[in-house]
Amino acid sequence: MLIRRPDDIPSSEITPESVYLNRRAFMGTAGALALGAALTPDALHALSATGTGVQQLKVTDEEDATSYNNFYEFGTGKEEPREQAAGFRTKPWTVAVEGLVKTPTTFAIDDLLKGLPVQERTYRHRCVEAWSMVIPWQGVQLKDIVNRCEPLPSARFLEMTTLLDPSRMPGQRRREVLPWPYKEALRLDEAMHPLAMLATGMYGKPLPPQNGAPLRLIVPWKYGFKGVKSIVKLRFTDKQPNTTWNDVRASEYGFYANVNPTVDHPRWTQAKERPIGAFLKIPTLMFNGYGDQVASMYAGMDLRKYY
Amino acid sequence: MSRAVPGAPWGHSVARAEPFVRRFIHPFLWAVVLLPIVGIGVQGLTGGLGANPIRSLEHATGEWALRFLAACLAVTPLLKLTGWGWLVAERRFLGLAAFYWAFGHLSVYIGLDMFFDVSDIVEDVLKHLYITAGMLAFLLMLPLALTSTKGWIRRLGGRKWNALHRLVYVAAVAACVHFFWGVKKDLEEPILYASVFALLFALRLVWWQRKRAAIRSEPRTVAR
Repeated sequence: MLIRRPDDIPSSEITPESVYLNRRAFMGTAGALALGAALTPDALHALSATGTGVQQLKVTDEEDATSYNNFYEFGTGKEEPREQAAGFRTKPWTVAVEGLVKTPTTFAIDDLLKGLPVQERTYRHRCVEAWSMVIPWQGVQLKDIVNRCEPLPSARFLEMTTLLDPSRMPGQRRREVLPWPYKEALRLDEAMHPLAMLATGMYGKPLPPQNGAPLRLIVPWKYGFKGVKSIVKLRFTDKQPNTTWNDVRASEYGFYANVNPTVDHPRWTQAKERPIGAFLKIPTLMFNGYGDQVASMYAGMDLRKYY
Repeated sequence: MSRAVPGAPWGHSVARAEPFVRRFIHPFLWAVVLLPIVGIGVQGLTGGLGANPIRSLEHATGEWALRFLAACLAVTPLLKLTGWGWLVAERRFLGLAAFYWAFGHLSVYIGLDMFFDVSDIVEDVLKHLYITAGMLAFLLMLPLALTSTKGWIRRLGGRKWNALHRLVYVAAVAACVHFFWGVKKDLEEPILYASVFALLFALRLVWWQRKRAAIRSEPRTVAR
Protein backbone atom coordinates (compact mmCIF):
# COMPACT_ATOMS: atom_id res chain seq x y z
CA MET A 1 0.00 0.00 0.00
CA LEU A 2 2.58 2.53 1.10
CA ILE A 3 4.58 3.89 -1.76
CA ARG A 4 7.37 5.66 0.03
CA ARG A 5 8.89 4.33 3.18
CA PRO A 6 10.26 7.21 5.14
CA ASP A 7 11.77 4.93 7.81
CA ASP A 8 15.28 5.86 6.86
CA ILE A 9 14.61 9.58 7.20
CA PRO A 10 14.10 11.18 10.59
CA SER A 11 10.48 12.26 10.66
CA SER A 12 11.48 15.84 11.30
CA GLU A 13 13.42 15.96 8.02
CA ILE A 14 10.83 14.58 5.63
CA THR A 15 9.77 17.77 3.90
CA PRO A 16 12.31 18.86 1.31
CA GLU A 17 13.57 22.38 1.85
CA SER A 18 12.70 23.33 -1.74
CA VAL A 19 9.02 22.83 -1.06
CA TYR A 20 8.95 25.33 1.74
CA LEU A 21 7.08 28.48 0.96
CA ASN A 22 7.99 31.31 3.17
CA ARG A 23 5.22 33.02 4.92
CA ARG A 24 5.85 36.43 3.43
CA ALA A 25 5.54 35.11 -0.14
CA PHE A 26 2.40 33.33 0.82
CA MET A 27 0.86 36.40 2.37
CA GLY A 28 1.72 38.25 -0.85
CA THR A 29 -0.06 35.81 -3.10
CA ALA A 30 -2.99 35.61 -0.73
CA GLY A 31 -3.19 39.39 -0.80
CA ALA A 32 -3.00 39.44 -4.59
CA LEU A 33 -5.79 36.92 -4.69
CA ALA A 34 -7.95 39.02 -2.41
CA LEU A 35 -7.15 42.10 -4.52
CA GLY A 36 -8.08 40.24 -7.70
CA ALA A 37 -11.35 39.32 -6.12
CA ALA A 38 -11.96 42.91 -5.11
CA LEU A 39 -11.32 44.14 -8.63
CA THR A 40 -13.76 41.69 -10.22
CA PRO A 41 -16.48 41.25 -7.70
CA ASP A 42 -18.89 39.24 -9.78
CA ALA A 43 -16.82 38.02 -12.66
CA LEU A 44 -14.68 35.26 -11.31
CA HIS A 45 -11.36 35.70 -12.99
CA ALA A 46 -8.34 36.07 -10.80
CA LEU A 47 -4.90 34.61 -10.89
CA SER A 48 -4.60 31.52 -8.84
CA ALA A 49 -2.56 31.86 -5.70
CA THR A 50 -0.46 28.87 -6.47
CA GLY A 51 0.83 29.46 -9.95
CA THR A 52 -0.99 26.81 -11.94
CA GLY A 53 -2.27 29.34 -14.41
CA VAL A 54 -5.47 31.26 -14.72
CA GLN A 55 -8.25 29.87 -12.63
CA GLN A 56 -11.62 31.37 -11.97
CA LEU A 57 -11.45 32.41 -8.35
CA LYS A 58 -13.13 34.70 -5.93
CA VAL A 59 -13.08 34.60 -2.16
CA THR A 60 -16.35 33.03 -1.06
CA ASP A 61 -18.79 35.17 0.90
CA GLU A 62 -18.21 34.62 4.59
CA GLU A 63 -21.95 34.12 5.03
CA ASP A 64 -21.92 31.25 2.51
CA ALA A 65 -18.79 29.63 3.96
CA THR A 66 -20.28 29.66 7.44
CA SER A 67 -23.81 28.55 6.49
CA TYR A 68 -23.22 25.83 3.90
CA ASN A 69 -21.36 23.11 5.73
CA ASN A 70 -20.89 19.37 5.78
CA PHE A 71 -20.41 18.60 9.45
CA TYR A 72 -22.62 15.59 10.13
CA GLU A 73 -21.93 15.81 13.87
CA PHE A 74 -24.33 18.77 13.74
CA GLY A 75 -26.81 17.36 11.22
CA THR A 76 -26.68 16.11 7.64
CA GLY A 77 -28.34 19.15 6.05
CA LYS A 78 -26.06 21.86 4.71
CA GLU A 79 -27.67 24.58 6.83
CA GLU A 80 -28.05 22.42 9.95
CA PRO A 81 -24.51 22.72 11.36
CA ARG A 82 -24.79 26.47 11.88
CA GLU A 83 -28.06 26.07 13.80
CA GLN A 84 -27.10 22.95 15.72
CA ALA A 85 -23.58 24.09 16.58
CA ALA A 86 -24.64 27.45 17.96
CA GLY A 87 -23.20 27.81 21.45
CA PHE A 88 -20.88 24.79 21.09
CA ARG A 89 -18.30 25.07 23.89
CA THR A 90 -14.68 24.94 22.75
CA LYS A 91 -13.17 25.89 26.10
CA PRO A 92 -11.61 24.01 27.75
CA TRP A 93 -10.27 21.91 24.86
CA THR A 94 -7.57 19.29 24.95
CA VAL A 95 -5.79 17.35 22.23
CA ALA A 96 -4.46 13.90 23.07
CA VAL A 97 -1.25 12.84 21.33
CA GLU A 98 -0.95 9.08 21.13
CA GLY A 99 0.73 6.21 19.36
CA LEU A 100 4.26 6.26 18.03
CA VAL A 101 5.50 9.37 19.82
CA LYS A 102 8.32 9.95 22.25
CA THR A 103 5.92 10.79 25.08
CA PRO A 104 2.15 10.40 24.78
CA THR A 105 0.71 13.65 26.12
CA THR A 106 -2.56 15.47 26.41
CA PHE A 107 -2.13 19.11 25.48
CA ALA A 108 -4.38 21.96 26.40
CA ILE A 109 -5.03 23.50 22.99
CA ASP A 110 -3.23 26.72 23.91
CA ASP A 111 -0.11 24.77 24.88
CA LEU A 112 -0.23 22.81 21.64
CA LEU A 113 -0.31 26.00 19.59
CA LYS A 114 1.88 28.20 21.81
CA GLY A 115 4.72 29.97 20.05
CA LEU A 116 3.99 28.50 16.62
CA PRO A 117 4.03 30.98 13.74
CA VAL A 118 0.50 31.95 12.75
CA GLN A 119 -0.28 31.33 9.11
CA GLU A 120 -2.68 33.34 7.01
CA ARG A 121 -3.61 31.45 3.85
CA THR A 122 -6.29 31.70 1.23
CA TYR A 123 -6.94 28.25 -0.19
CA ARG A 124 -9.31 26.72 -2.66
CA HIS A 125 -11.61 24.23 -0.98
CA ARG A 126 -13.02 21.49 -3.21
CA CYS A 127 -15.81 19.35 -1.81
CA VAL A 128 -16.15 15.79 -3.10
CA GLU A 129 -19.75 16.79 -3.94
CA ALA A 130 -18.43 18.99 -6.79
CA TRP A 131 -18.86 22.41 -5.22
CA SER A 132 -16.02 24.63 -4.13
CA MET A 133 -15.14 27.68 -2.11
CA VAL A 134 -12.14 29.95 -1.64
CA ILE A 135 -11.51 30.56 2.03
CA PRO A 136 -9.02 32.70 3.95
CA TRP A 137 -7.82 30.56 6.84
CA GLN A 138 -5.74 31.35 9.88
CA GLY A 139 -3.87 28.67 11.74
CA VAL A 140 -0.57 26.86 12.07
CA GLN A 141 1.36 24.55 9.79
CA LEU A 142 0.57 20.95 10.59
CA LYS A 143 4.27 20.12 10.42
CA ASP A 144 4.93 22.40 13.38
CA ILE A 145 2.35 20.46 15.37
CA VAL A 146 3.81 17.13 14.23
CA ASN A 147 7.27 18.25 15.34
CA ARG A 148 5.88 19.34 18.70
CA CYS A 149 4.42 15.83 19.13
CA GLU A 150 7.86 14.28 18.56
CA PRO A 151 6.85 11.24 16.52
CA LEU A 152 9.18 8.23 16.53
CA PRO A 153 11.04 7.46 13.29
CA SER A 154 8.75 4.45 12.87
CA ALA A 155 5.66 6.71 12.58
CA ARG A 156 4.38 6.82 9.02
CA PHE A 157 0.77 8.01 9.35
CA LEU A 158 -1.07 10.59 11.39
CA GLU A 159 -4.65 9.86 12.39
CA MET A 160 -6.87 12.73 13.57
CA THR A 161 -10.13 12.27 15.45
CA THR A 162 -13.13 14.53 16.01
CA LEU A 163 -14.65 14.97 19.45
CA LEU A 164 -17.15 12.26 20.41
CA ASP A 165 -19.86 13.80 22.57
CA PRO A 166 -23.45 13.21 21.47
CA SER A 167 -24.66 15.57 24.20
CA ARG A 168 -22.89 18.47 22.50
CA MET A 169 -22.94 17.12 18.94
CA PRO A 170 -26.56 16.11 18.37
CA GLY A 171 -25.85 14.58 14.96
CA GLN A 172 -23.86 11.85 16.73
CA ARG A 173 -27.08 10.58 18.33
CA ARG A 174 -28.01 9.17 14.93
CA ARG A 175 -25.72 6.18 14.89
CA GLU A 176 -26.87 5.04 11.45
CA VAL A 177 -25.42 8.13 9.79
CA LEU A 178 -21.71 7.48 10.39
CA PRO A 179 -19.62 5.38 12.77
CA TRP A 180 -18.64 8.07 15.27
CA PRO A 181 -16.21 9.54 16.04
CA TYR A 182 -15.13 10.84 12.65
CA LYS A 183 -11.55 9.93 11.80
CA GLU A 184 -9.22 11.04 9.07
CA ALA A 185 -5.57 10.39 8.41
CA LEU A 186 -2.64 11.48 6.29
CA ARG A 187 0.60 9.86 5.32
CA LEU A 188 3.25 11.52 7.46
CA ASP A 189 4.93 13.16 4.46
CA GLU A 190 1.55 14.67 3.56
CA ALA A 191 1.13 15.90 7.12
CA MET A 192 4.60 17.45 6.97
CA HIS A 193 3.84 19.23 3.71
CA PRO A 194 4.00 23.00 4.10
CA LEU A 195 0.55 23.49 2.58
CA ALA A 196 -1.10 21.31 5.25
CA MET A 197 -2.37 23.29 8.19
CA LEU A 198 -4.49 23.15 11.28
CA ALA A 199 -6.88 26.08 11.15
CA THR A 200 -8.04 27.98 14.20
CA GLY A 201 -9.72 30.81 12.33
CA MET A 202 -11.21 31.97 9.05
CA TYR A 203 -11.98 35.40 7.60
CA GLY A 204 -9.83 36.88 10.36
CA LYS A 205 -12.10 35.58 13.13
CA PRO A 206 -11.99 32.54 15.40
CA LEU A 207 -13.22 29.42 13.62
CA PRO A 208 -17.02 29.15 13.96
CA PRO A 209 -18.17 25.83 15.43
CA GLN A 210 -19.93 24.81 12.21
CA ASN A 211 -16.57 25.07 10.45
CA GLY A 212 -14.78 22.83 12.94
CA ALA A 213 -13.81 24.96 15.95
CA PRO A 214 -11.49 25.08 17.67
CA LEU A 215 -9.09 23.10 15.47
CA ARG A 216 -9.56 21.58 12.02
CA LEU A 217 -7.37 20.11 9.32
CA ILE A 218 -6.87 21.91 6.00
CA VAL A 219 -5.29 19.97 3.13
CA PRO A 220 -6.23 22.06 0.09
CA TRP A 221 -5.17 19.52 -2.55
CA LYS A 222 -7.59 16.92 -1.15
CA TYR A 223 -11.37 16.72 -1.09
CA GLY A 224 -12.97 18.55 1.79
CA PHE A 225 -13.98 15.45 3.74
CA LYS A 226 -10.31 14.88 4.60
CA GLY A 227 -10.45 18.09 6.63
CA VAL A 228 -11.44 16.57 9.96
CA LYS A 229 -13.04 19.09 12.31
CA SER A 230 -13.02 19.75 16.07
CA ILE A 231 -9.92 17.59 16.55
CA VAL A 232 -9.32 16.03 19.96
CA LYS A 233 -6.79 13.35 19.14
CA LEU A 234 -3.62 12.97 17.09
CA ARG A 235 -2.35 9.41 16.82
CA PHE A 236 0.83 8.39 15.03
CA THR A 237 0.89 4.93 13.50
CA ASP A 238 3.03 2.74 11.27
CA LYS A 239 0.03 1.30 9.42
CA GLN A 240 -2.51 3.17 7.29
CA PRO A 241 -5.34 4.02 9.70
CA ASN A 242 -8.98 3.44 8.87
CA THR A 243 -10.76 6.61 7.89
CA THR A 244 -14.48 7.27 8.24
CA TRP A 245 -15.81 7.80 4.70
CA ASN A 246 -13.42 5.21 3.32
CA ASP A 247 -14.74 2.70 5.88
CA VAL A 248 -18.33 3.53 5.08
CA ARG A 249 -18.12 3.53 1.29
CA ALA A 250 -14.69 2.69 -0.07
CA SER A 251 -15.82 2.74 -3.71
CA GLU A 252 -16.74 6.41 -3.44
CA TYR A 253 -14.25 7.84 -0.96
CA GLY A 254 -10.60 6.84 -1.11
CA PHE A 255 -7.96 7.17 1.59
CA TYR A 256 -5.96 9.64 -0.49
CA ALA A 257 -8.91 11.66 -1.78
CA ASN A 258 -6.65 13.89 -3.83
CA VAL A 259 -8.69 16.24 -5.98
CA ASN A 260 -8.58 14.64 -9.41
CA PRO A 261 -10.76 15.74 -12.34
CA THR A 262 -9.93 12.55 -14.25
CA VAL A 263 -11.24 10.12 -11.65
CA ASP A 264 -15.00 10.40 -11.29
CA HIS A 265 -16.97 9.74 -8.19
CA PRO A 266 -19.10 6.70 -9.12
CA ARG A 267 -22.23 8.87 -9.03
CA TRP A 268 -21.04 12.14 -10.53
CA THR A 269 -18.24 13.68 -12.50
CA GLN A 270 -15.33 15.35 -10.76
CA ALA A 271 -14.26 17.17 -13.93
CA LYS A 272 -16.12 20.32 -12.97
CA GLU A 273 -17.13 22.15 -9.84
CA ARG A 274 -19.59 24.87 -8.95
CA PRO A 275 -17.93 27.67 -7.02
CA ILE A 276 -20.38 28.65 -4.31
CA GLY A 277 -21.66 32.08 -5.23
CA ALA A 278 -21.13 31.56 -8.97
CA PHE A 279 -23.69 30.57 -11.56
CA LEU A 280 -21.49 28.61 -13.94
CA LYS A 281 -19.34 25.61 -13.17
CA ILE A 282 -15.59 25.75 -13.72
CA PRO A 283 -13.13 22.98 -14.58
CA THR A 284 -11.61 21.24 -11.58
CA LEU A 285 -7.81 21.28 -11.49
CA MET A 286 -5.56 18.33 -10.71
CA PHE A 287 -4.67 18.41 -7.01
CA ASN A 288 -7.11 21.34 -6.83
CA GLY A 289 -4.47 23.51 -8.52
CA TYR A 290 -1.71 22.69 -6.04
CA GLY A 291 0.01 20.12 -8.27
CA ASP A 292 3.28 22.07 -8.46
CA GLN A 293 3.66 21.74 -4.72
CA VAL A 294 2.24 18.30 -4.02
CA ALA A 295 2.37 16.10 -7.14
CA SER A 296 5.88 14.85 -6.32
CA MET A 297 4.53 13.11 -3.21
CA TYR A 298 2.49 10.82 -5.46
CA ALA A 299 5.07 10.22 -8.20
CA GLY A 300 4.73 6.71 -9.60
CA MET A 301 1.40 6.06 -7.90
CA ASP A 302 -1.60 4.95 -9.91
CA LEU A 303 -4.04 7.65 -8.88
CA ARG A 304 -6.96 5.70 -10.36
CA LYS A 305 -6.24 2.97 -7.88
CA TYR A 306 -5.23 5.20 -4.99
CA TYR A 307 -8.04 7.72 -5.41
CA MET B 1 -58.95 -1.22 -10.04
CA SER B 2 -61.58 1.23 -9.03
CA ARG B 3 -64.32 -0.77 -10.66
CA ALA B 4 -65.90 -1.44 -7.29
CA VAL B 5 -66.88 2.21 -7.34
CA PRO B 6 -69.91 3.09 -9.42
CA GLY B 7 -68.99 4.54 -12.78
CA ALA B 8 -65.96 4.07 -14.99
CA PRO B 9 -62.53 4.72 -13.49
CA TRP B 10 -61.55 7.03 -16.33
CA GLY B 11 -63.08 9.96 -18.10
CA HIS B 12 -64.21 11.81 -15.01
CA SER B 13 -63.78 15.51 -15.41
CA VAL B 14 -63.92 18.26 -12.89
CA ALA B 15 -66.35 20.14 -15.18
CA ARG B 16 -68.98 17.47 -14.57
CA ALA B 17 -68.18 17.10 -10.88
CA GLU B 18 -70.43 18.11 -8.02
CA PRO B 19 -70.57 21.87 -7.34
CA PHE B 20 -68.65 21.66 -4.03
CA VAL B 21 -65.77 19.98 -5.82
CA ARG B 22 -65.76 22.63 -8.51
CA ARG B 23 -66.09 25.50 -6.07
CA PHE B 24 -63.91 24.41 -3.15
CA ILE B 25 -61.90 21.22 -3.56
CA HIS B 26 -60.54 21.97 -7.00
CA PRO B 27 -59.45 25.57 -6.30
CA PHE B 28 -57.88 24.35 -3.07
CA LEU B 29 -55.82 21.75 -4.97
CA TRP B 30 -54.78 24.39 -7.50
CA ALA B 31 -53.49 26.48 -4.60
CA VAL B 32 -51.60 23.50 -3.13
CA VAL B 33 -49.95 22.83 -6.49
CA LEU B 34 -49.02 26.45 -7.19
CA LEU B 35 -48.17 27.78 -3.74
CA PRO B 36 -44.75 26.07 -3.63
CA ILE B 37 -43.80 28.19 -6.64
CA VAL B 38 -44.58 31.31 -4.62
CA GLY B 39 -42.68 29.89 -1.65
CA ILE B 40 -39.62 29.08 -3.72
CA GLY B 41 -39.84 32.48 -5.45
CA VAL B 42 -39.89 34.32 -2.13
CA GLN B 43 -36.99 32.19 -0.87
CA GLY B 44 -35.08 32.96 -4.06
CA LEU B 45 -35.56 36.71 -3.59
CA THR B 46 -34.68 36.71 0.10
CA GLY B 47 -31.65 34.42 -0.08
CA GLY B 48 -33.61 31.61 1.54
CA LEU B 49 -32.30 29.12 -1.00
CA GLY B 50 -28.91 29.30 0.70
CA ALA B 51 -25.37 29.26 -0.59
CA ASN B 52 -26.09 26.78 -3.39
CA PRO B 53 -29.46 27.92 -4.76
CA ILE B 54 -29.34 25.72 -7.86
CA ARG B 55 -28.96 22.63 -5.70
CA SER B 56 -31.78 23.87 -3.43
CA LEU B 57 -34.04 24.37 -6.46
CA GLU B 58 -33.26 20.87 -7.69
CA HIS B 59 -34.15 19.39 -4.33
CA ALA B 60 -37.32 21.42 -3.88
CA THR B 61 -38.74 20.72 -7.35
CA GLY B 62 -37.89 17.02 -7.09
CA GLU B 63 -39.53 16.68 -3.70
CA TRP B 64 -42.72 18.41 -4.84
CA ALA B 65 -42.88 16.11 -7.86
CA LEU B 66 -42.65 13.12 -5.51
CA ARG B 67 -45.28 14.56 -3.18
CA PHE B 68 -47.83 15.10 -5.95
CA LEU B 69 -47.06 11.71 -7.42
CA ALA B 70 -47.79 10.17 -4.03
CA ALA B 71 -50.96 12.27 -3.75
CA CYS B 72 -52.06 11.08 -7.20
CA LEU B 73 -51.47 7.45 -6.27
CA ALA B 74 -53.31 7.98 -2.98
CA VAL B 75 -56.54 8.89 -4.80
CA THR B 76 -57.63 5.35 -5.70
CA PRO B 77 -57.04 3.85 -2.24
CA LEU B 78 -58.73 6.84 -0.62
CA LEU B 79 -61.67 6.45 -2.97
CA LYS B 80 -62.07 2.82 -1.96
CA LEU B 81 -61.75 3.55 1.72
CA THR B 82 -64.09 6.53 1.78
CA GLY B 83 -66.34 5.97 -1.21
CA TRP B 84 -65.96 9.66 -2.13
CA GLY B 85 -66.68 9.42 -5.83
CA TRP B 86 -65.69 13.00 -6.53
CA LEU B 87 -62.03 12.14 -5.77
CA VAL B 88 -61.58 10.42 -9.09
CA ALA B 89 -61.93 13.71 -10.93
CA GLU B 90 -58.84 15.01 -9.12
CA ARG B 91 -56.62 12.04 -9.90
CA ARG B 92 -55.68 13.34 -13.33
CA PHE B 93 -55.12 16.83 -11.94
CA LEU B 94 -52.69 15.54 -9.29
CA GLY B 95 -50.93 13.34 -11.83
CA LEU B 96 -50.41 16.32 -14.09
CA ALA B 97 -49.21 18.38 -11.13
CA ALA B 98 -46.59 15.69 -10.43
CA PHE B 99 -45.59 15.77 -14.09
CA TYR B 100 -45.22 19.55 -14.19
CA TRP B 101 -43.10 19.57 -11.03
CA ALA B 102 -40.97 16.76 -12.49
CA PHE B 103 -40.65 18.87 -15.64
CA GLY B 104 -39.51 21.80 -13.47
CA HIS B 105 -37.02 19.51 -11.73
CA LEU B 106 -35.62 18.36 -15.07
CA SER B 107 -35.53 21.93 -16.38
CA VAL B 108 -33.50 23.14 -13.40
CA TYR B 109 -31.07 20.27 -13.95
CA ILE B 110 -30.71 20.89 -17.69
CA GLY B 111 -30.86 24.67 -17.74
CA LEU B 112 -29.25 25.75 -14.48
CA ASP B 113 -27.18 22.86 -13.15
CA MET B 114 -25.78 21.60 -16.46
CA PHE B 115 -26.32 24.90 -18.30
CA PHE B 116 -27.54 23.14 -21.48
CA ASP B 117 -24.22 21.32 -21.95
CA VAL B 118 -25.56 18.48 -24.08
CA SER B 119 -22.46 16.29 -23.99
CA ASP B 120 -22.22 16.63 -20.20
CA ILE B 121 -25.90 15.78 -19.83
CA VAL B 122 -25.69 12.74 -22.09
CA GLU B 123 -22.63 11.50 -20.23
CA ASP B 124 -24.32 12.10 -16.89
CA VAL B 125 -27.47 10.21 -17.92
CA LEU B 126 -25.56 7.25 -19.35
CA LYS B 127 -22.83 6.99 -16.73
CA HIS B 128 -24.46 7.85 -13.46
CA LEU B 129 -27.23 5.49 -12.52
CA TYR B 130 -29.13 7.83 -10.23
CA ILE B 131 -29.46 10.31 -13.08
CA THR B 132 -30.48 7.44 -15.38
CA ALA B 133 -33.20 6.43 -12.94
CA GLY B 134 -34.48 10.01 -12.67
CA MET B 135 -34.56 10.44 -16.43
CA LEU B 136 -36.39 7.13 -16.76
CA ALA B 137 -39.00 8.26 -14.25
CA PHE B 138 -39.59 11.44 -16.24
CA LEU B 139 -39.74 9.64 -19.61
CA LEU B 140 -42.30 7.21 -18.18
CA MET B 141 -44.47 10.08 -17.01
CA LEU B 142 -44.29 11.86 -20.36
CA PRO B 143 -46.70 9.58 -22.32
CA LEU B 144 -49.06 9.62 -19.36
CA ALA B 145 -49.20 13.42 -19.38
CA LEU B 146 -49.63 13.48 -23.17
CA THR B 147 -52.51 10.99 -23.11
CA SER B 148 -54.23 12.58 -20.15
CA THR B 149 -56.81 14.34 -22.33
CA LYS B 150 -60.36 13.16 -22.90
CA GLY B 151 -59.60 12.81 -26.61
CA TRP B 152 -56.79 10.33 -25.92
CA ILE B 153 -58.91 8.36 -23.51
CA ARG B 154 -61.53 7.99 -26.26
CA ARG B 155 -58.94 7.18 -28.92
CA LEU B 156 -57.19 4.52 -26.88
CA GLY B 157 -60.26 3.12 -25.22
CA GLY B 158 -60.55 2.61 -21.50
CA ARG B 159 -58.80 -0.71 -21.31
CA LYS B 160 -55.71 0.29 -23.28
CA TRP B 161 -55.56 3.67 -21.63
CA ASN B 162 -55.71 2.08 -18.22
CA ALA B 163 -52.96 -0.39 -19.11
CA LEU B 164 -50.73 2.41 -20.38
CA HIS B 165 -51.29 4.44 -17.25
CA ARG B 166 -50.07 1.61 -15.05
CA LEU B 167 -46.62 2.93 -16.07
CA VAL B 168 -47.09 5.39 -13.24
CA TYR B 169 -46.10 2.61 -10.83
CA VAL B 170 -42.83 2.05 -12.66
CA ALA B 171 -42.24 5.80 -12.71
CA ALA B 172 -42.77 6.00 -8.96
CA VAL B 173 -40.28 3.19 -8.34
CA ALA B 174 -37.73 4.82 -10.66
CA ALA B 175 -38.22 8.15 -8.88
CA CYS B 176 -37.60 6.53 -5.49
CA VAL B 177 -34.49 4.76 -6.78
CA HIS B 178 -33.31 8.14 -8.15
CA PHE B 179 -33.72 9.65 -4.68
CA PHE B 180 -32.03 6.74 -2.85
CA TRP B 181 -29.02 6.70 -5.14
CA GLY B 182 -28.74 10.47 -5.18
CA VAL B 183 -28.23 11.04 -1.46
CA LYS B 184 -24.81 10.73 0.07
CA LYS B 185 -25.48 8.89 3.29
CA ASP B 186 -28.52 10.07 5.21
CA LEU B 187 -31.36 7.89 3.86
CA GLU B 188 -34.04 9.29 6.15
CA GLU B 189 -35.97 11.21 3.47
CA PRO B 190 -35.74 8.62 0.67
CA ILE B 191 -36.94 5.99 3.14
CA LEU B 192 -39.86 8.22 4.15
CA TYR B 193 -41.01 8.74 0.55
CA ALA B 194 -40.43 5.11 -0.42
CA SER B 195 -42.51 3.99 2.58
CA VAL B 196 -45.46 6.10 1.44
CA PHE B 197 -45.29 4.60 -2.06
CA ALA B 198 -44.82 1.10 -0.62
CA LEU B 199 -47.98 1.54 1.46
CA LEU B 200 -49.95 2.76 -1.55
CA PHE B 201 -48.69 -0.21 -3.59
CA ALA B 202 -49.44 -2.68 -0.79
CA LEU B 203 -53.07 -1.54 -0.56
CA ARG B 204 -53.47 -2.11 -4.28
CA LEU B 205 -51.90 -5.54 -4.04
CA VAL B 206 -54.26 -6.57 -1.25
CA TRP B 207 -57.33 -5.37 -3.19
CA TRP B 208 -56.12 -6.95 -6.39
CA GLN B 209 -55.66 -10.33 -4.69
CA ARG B 210 -59.07 -10.10 -3.05
CA LYS B 211 -60.66 -9.32 -6.38
CA ARG B 212 -58.96 -12.28 -7.98
CA ALA B 213 -60.11 -14.55 -5.20
CA ALA B 214 -63.65 -13.23 -5.61
CA ILE B 215 -63.62 -13.83 -9.35
CA ARG B 216 -62.38 -17.40 -8.84
CA SER B 217 -65.07 -18.22 -6.36
CA GLU B 218 -67.80 -16.89 -8.66
CA PRO B 219 -69.83 -19.48 -10.61
CA ARG B 220 -68.52 -19.77 -14.16
CA THR B 221 -71.77 -18.80 -15.75
CA VAL B 222 -70.65 -15.22 -16.24
CA ALA B 223 -70.14 -14.44 -19.89
CA ARG B 224 -66.60 -13.36 -20.69
